[in-house]
Amino acid sequence: MRAGAIHYFAYPITPQTEVAEYLARRMPEVGGVFLQAESEVAASNMIFGAASAGVRVFTTSSSPGISLMSEAMSYIAAAELPAVFVNIVRNGPGLGGILPSQGDYFQATRGGGHGDYRLLVLAPSSVQETVEHVMLAFDLADKYRNPVMVLGDGLIGQMMEPVDFSSVPTPHPPDKSSWATTGCKSRKPYLIKTLFLDPQQSEEHNRKLAAKYDEMRKHEVRFEKYNIDNDCKVVIVAFGTAARVCKTAVDELKRNGLRVGLFRPISLFPFPYEPLHEISETGTVHALLVVEMNTGQMIDDVRLAVADRKPIAFYGRQGGMVPSPEEVLGEIHQLI
Amino acid sequence: MASNLIFQCPDSMTDAITHYCPGCTHGIIHRLVAETLDELGLRERTVGVAPVGCSVLAYNYFNCDFLEAAHGRAPAFATGLKRARPDLIVFTYQGDGDLASIGTAEIIHAANRGEKFTTIFVNNAIYGMTGGQMAPTTLPGQVTTTSPFGRDVQTCGYPIRVRELLSALRTPAYIARVAVHTPRHVIEAKKAVRKAFQYQVQGRCFSLVEVLSTCPTNWGMTPIESTQWVQDNMVPYFPLGELKVPEEE
Repeated sequence: MRAGAIHYFAYPITPQTEVAEYLARRMPEVGGVFLQAESEVAASNMIFGAASAGVRVFTTSSSPGISLMSEAMSYIAAAELPAVFVNIVRNGPGLGGILPSQGDYFQATRGGGHGDYRLLVLAPSSVQETVEHVMLAFDLADKYRNPVMVLGDGLIGQMMEPVDFSSVPTPHPPDKSSWATTGCKSRKPYLIKTLFLDPQQSEEHNRKLAAKYDEMRKHEVRFEKYNIDNDCKVVIVAFGTAARVCKTAVDELKRNGLRVGLFRPISLFPFPYEPLHEISETGTVHALLVVEMNTGQMIDDVRLAVADRKPIAFYGRQGGMVPSPEEVLGEIHQLI
Repeated sequence: MASNLIFQCPDSMTDAITHYCPGCTHGIIHRLVAETLDELGLRERTVGVAPVGCSVLAYNYFNCDFLEAAHGRAPAFATGLKRARPDLIVFTYQGDGDLASIGTAEIIHAANRGEKFTTIFVNNAIYGMTGGQMAPTTLPGQVTTTSPFGRDVQTCGYPIRVRELLSALRTPAYIARVAVHTPRHVIEAKKAVRKAFQYQVQGRCFSLVEVLSTCPTNWGMTPIESTQWVQDNMVPYFPLGELKVPEEE
């Protein structure tokens, strides 16, 4: 709401229903729209409709709900409209459970919906960062006219932490009058569509979208380096909650004089391939350890970045289990 | 001698030649909507939502802002749009595969929430764009490419009467069924379409007009045979008339 987003359409699903419950009370107070849809399919298509009118619009859901929303995400990306989706990931596949997981990495970064499109994906590792990412997500969605996903997990979704809002900038949504369908008074009618029956036009449209994704790759790569210096021996790569656990392990290793750093991708698309590649090329680095709350998804991107030039180990927990710092330490000791 | 202009293309339509087959009544139904927008002075604040199906290209023929929804999702799409901009006049234009099959959940819940938009539901008892498959409104015994032996009600059930189904809900303001296979029916249809939009202008909740339409190509008939088929087969199963009018306040 501080981002100027007062249109919200959603369907209840654990572990993030608290957002809907809060907004059901709060939105009417600011003259906004809260609507509990009949399904995630409907909620996401309401997002599609509201985005067409040029308002800042968003939804929050969790894994099975995001599967149902993937239809609309594909359309919204194709129609080049701004919208924000928050996925508080729970363990899957199927109904799975309601505990934290990072099992939706592929779905988020490779697109759960059909066709050749990308979401811009931000992965916070704290409540503070979630606030900052949601603000940023609206700006990026407007900038690229593309859906943006904030990919959290059940732990971040359920955790209470103090938040400082003073660091969050005031939003300035851009003028959308050149495309928003708000009635054709004193202008020609606008059309928002995704159907291109002519293959040449369709290819042109695909290339236009691809060029936009290339711009994101140039300008929107975000990551954090933690305790990475010139004599690092092992680099841990982790995002979100897993990265936070790894930070504790890195601190412990530092106290014991072991030189281990953490590389935390913040933008999962675009993935920080080049910065990670550079770090992996550092002479002292002899191995990388990828830690995820899944059976190994981001590791594919780490492999692309490292290009087989250094060994990559993997440690993952699944099913809602969260790795402990001690488990990460155990893995590191095997590598050093 | 001065001539009087008595018939012209509505402002709310473009000059484009439609892609519809000869004898298809989509063109008539488009025109009724466009005339209504003109007469009520709504064109400049109207946004139409196209479905998936033959009328997906409706946006080429209407001279107002238009959007194209995913298959069956037009009511959800229109909900988001109208909630974001309550000052707009919003209508969805949907066929029977779109509204009565893949989009059943969306239309029932939009109607039941009383979303303040208008739906024009075109029922021709068959899937047109994909080439003549069985629809939820295909009549018992009717042959289509996916009911080659005729619709068997033992395995497919009876056709869904959308007007009756939605009229079971308390919230919607106006629900009617009309046809356009004779001039008399076209005149009646126009009245219903006009009412549906008037109710929206008045801020009443959801309004829907079901229009019985033809599909000569996929029915395998001439245009004239098609209009007769509407009268002989569709009208008896899908009775015409208003089933729901606004409750007195």
